Amino acid sequence: MSTMLKCTGLNARYGAIQVLRDISLFVETGEVVVVLGANGAGKTTTLRAICSMVETTGSVEIDGNEMAGKDTADIVRMGVAHVPQGRGTFPELSVMDNLLVGAYIRKDKEIQSDVDRWMDAFPRLRERRSQIAGSLSGGEQQMLAVARAMMSRPRLLLLDEPSLGLAPLIIEDLFRRFAEINRETGITMLVVEQNANLALDLASRGYVLEAGHIVLSGTSDELRSNDAVREAYLGA
Amino acid sequence: MTAISMNAQKSILTKLRSGSAVLAIAAAVIMVFLIPPVIDGGLKLFLQRVFDSLNNGAVYAVTAIALVLIFKATTLINFAGANISMFGAYICWWLSTSIGVPIWGAIVIAMLVMAAAGAGIERVLIRPFDPTDHLPVVLITFGLAAILEAFAGGIWGLEFHKFPSPFPADPKDRYTIAGAFLRWETIGTLVAMGVMLVFLFLLLNKTKVGLSFRAVSSNVESARLVGVRTGRTLQFGWALASALGVLGATLVAKQTNLEPAFMAKLTIFAFAAATLGGLDSIGGSVIGAFIVAVVQSMITGYGQEVAGLGWLKSNFALVLAFVLILVVLLFKPAGLYGTRRIERV
Repeated sequence: MSTMLKCTGLNARYGAIQVLRDISLFVETGEVVVVLGANGAGKTTTLRAICSMVETTGSVEIDGNEMAGKDTADIVRMGVAHVPQGRGTFPELSVMDNLLVGAYIRKDKEIQSDVDRWMDAFPRLRERRSQIAGSLSGGEQQMLAVARAMMSRPRLLLLDEPSLGLAPLIIEDLFRRFAEINRETGITMLVVEQNANLALDLASRGYVLEAGHIVLSGTSDELRSNDAVREAYLGA
Repeated sequence: MTAISMNAQKSILTKLRSGSAVLAIAAAVIMVFLIPPVIDGGLKLFLQRVFDSLNNGAVYAVTAIALVLIFKATTLINFAGANISMFGAYICWWLSTSIGVPIWGAIVIAMLVMAAAGAGIERVLIRPFDPTDHLPVVLITFGLAAILEAFAGGIWGLEFHKFPSPFPADPKDRYTIAGAFLRWETIGTLVAMGVMLVFLFLLLNKTKVGLSFRAVSSNVESARLVGVRTGRTLQFGWALASALGVLGATLVAKQTNLEPAFMAKLTIFAFAAATLGGLDSIGGSVIGAFIVAVVQSMITGYGQEVAGLGWLKSNFALVLAFVLILVVLLFKPAGLYGTRRIERV
C-alpha cells in the first residue's frame, strides 16, 4: 500500500490569524479517512491547504510528489478533486455543463461515457440535465458537486462537510453513495465532517482537530470508543 | 467580498418574463407621451427615426457586450474599454489611409492587435492585484484610459479625421420603405453585429475556452478546483472584449469621425444599455442597446414637440442616458435580464 496524501508540519494563516498549527496526517491509497472537529477547528482550512488555496508552510505530498506552493490547477492535475463546503457547483451553468467542466483537465474520448455513468449513478441529474445548477435542491446540488468532482477521474477526493444543510435521509443516501464509489473505483477519500456517526462508519481511520491542532488520531473503532470523542461528537 | 448569485428559485424563463413585463410598461409610458407628435409627424418620419436608431443600437450593443464580458468575469467595470476601442479604431484608420490596407482587413488587424494588447493589459496591470479589492483595479482602468487618450493624441493629433466606411455609404446606397430611407450602412452594421453575436455564442457555448470562461464567471473558486487556470481565462476575456470594442468603434467611426475622445461619449450609452439589460447578460445588453437607441432617437426627435419639453435638444441625450443608469440602478439593479447578485462580506 502506498501513501496517496501525506501532510507534514502544515501551517496555514489568513492574514495575521494562524488557523492551522503543525498538522501532520496521511491517507493510504484506497483508504477513507475522516477529519472530525467543531466549527472553527480548521477542518475546511486543512482541505484548502492541501489544494493550495490558502497561504501555507509545511509539506504536502501527493503520491510522493511535493506539492506545497504549487498552483491549485497543478494539484488538480495530480488527481485531486475537492468538493468544497456549500456544494461548489456553478449556479449559472446547466447540470450538463457542470459535469463537462468537471472534466476540464481531461483530453480523452471517454468524457461523454463518464457523463452517462454519473447520470446513471444520480438519475436526478439526468432528469435535470438542461436546468441551471442554481435551480436544484440542496441534495441535488451536493450530488452534482460530487459527480462533477468525479468527472475529473480523481485519485484523491476531498469532501468538505458533505452533509451540511441536508435532511437526514438524504445524508444517509449520500454516505451510502460515497461507500459505493470508494468500493467500486478504489478512490482515496479524505472527508471532513461534523456528522461523526456516519463519517466514522464510512472511514477506516480518523483525526480529531481542535483549534488548529490534531489532538487525537486512530481507527474508527478507537475513536468511537474514546470518551472525549463520544462526548463531543457522538452525543453520547 | 464574494458575489454569489441567488437565482436558485428563478428559472431563465421566469426571468425573461419579468424582464419583459418591466420593458412593456416602460415602452407604454414613453409611447403615451410621444403619440401626439408621432401622429403629427406621420409614418414616414417615425420610420425614419426608427431606422436612424438601428445603427446606433447595433454599435451600442457591440460596445455593451465588451463591457459585459469583463463584468461577467471580474464583476468590474472596465473604464479603459472605450479608449482601447478608440486606439484600435486609430490603428485601423492608419492602416487603411496611410498603408492602403483594405478597410475590412484593417478592421481585423486592429481587432487582433488590440486583443493582444488587452491580454497584455490583463497580465501586467490587472493580474498582480487582489481581484477581490475592486478600487485599485478600477483606478488602474481609469489611468489606462487617460494614457491611451494621451498617446492617441500624441501620435495622431487631436484634430478630427474622416474614417473610411466599411460599407457602401454613397447617399444613393439606400432602400426606400414607405418613404423612409434605410441606408445600406445601417443594414451592414446590423449584419456585422449579428455575425459577431453568432460567433460569440458559438465561442462561449461550444468551445472549451468558452466553457472555462463561463465557469470562472459563475464561481471562481470552483473553477480553480476543476483545474481551470483562472488568470489565463480572464486574459482571454480581456482579449475578446478588446477585440469586440474595436469592432464597435470601427463600425461607428464613419459617422462620428475620429478623435481621441470619440468613444468616451458613446460608451456612456453602451453602459446605459448594459445596465438596462443586465450587466451580466449578453442577450439583455443587446435588447438594452436597441431600447436606448430607439428611446434616444424618439425623445430627441419628438421631445421638443411635447409641451414643456422644448429645452430637450439632442445634446441632452447623454443626460438621459445617465438618468436611465441611475433609475435602473435604483429600482432594478440587476437590469431587465441580469442575475441578481447579493454581496457577501
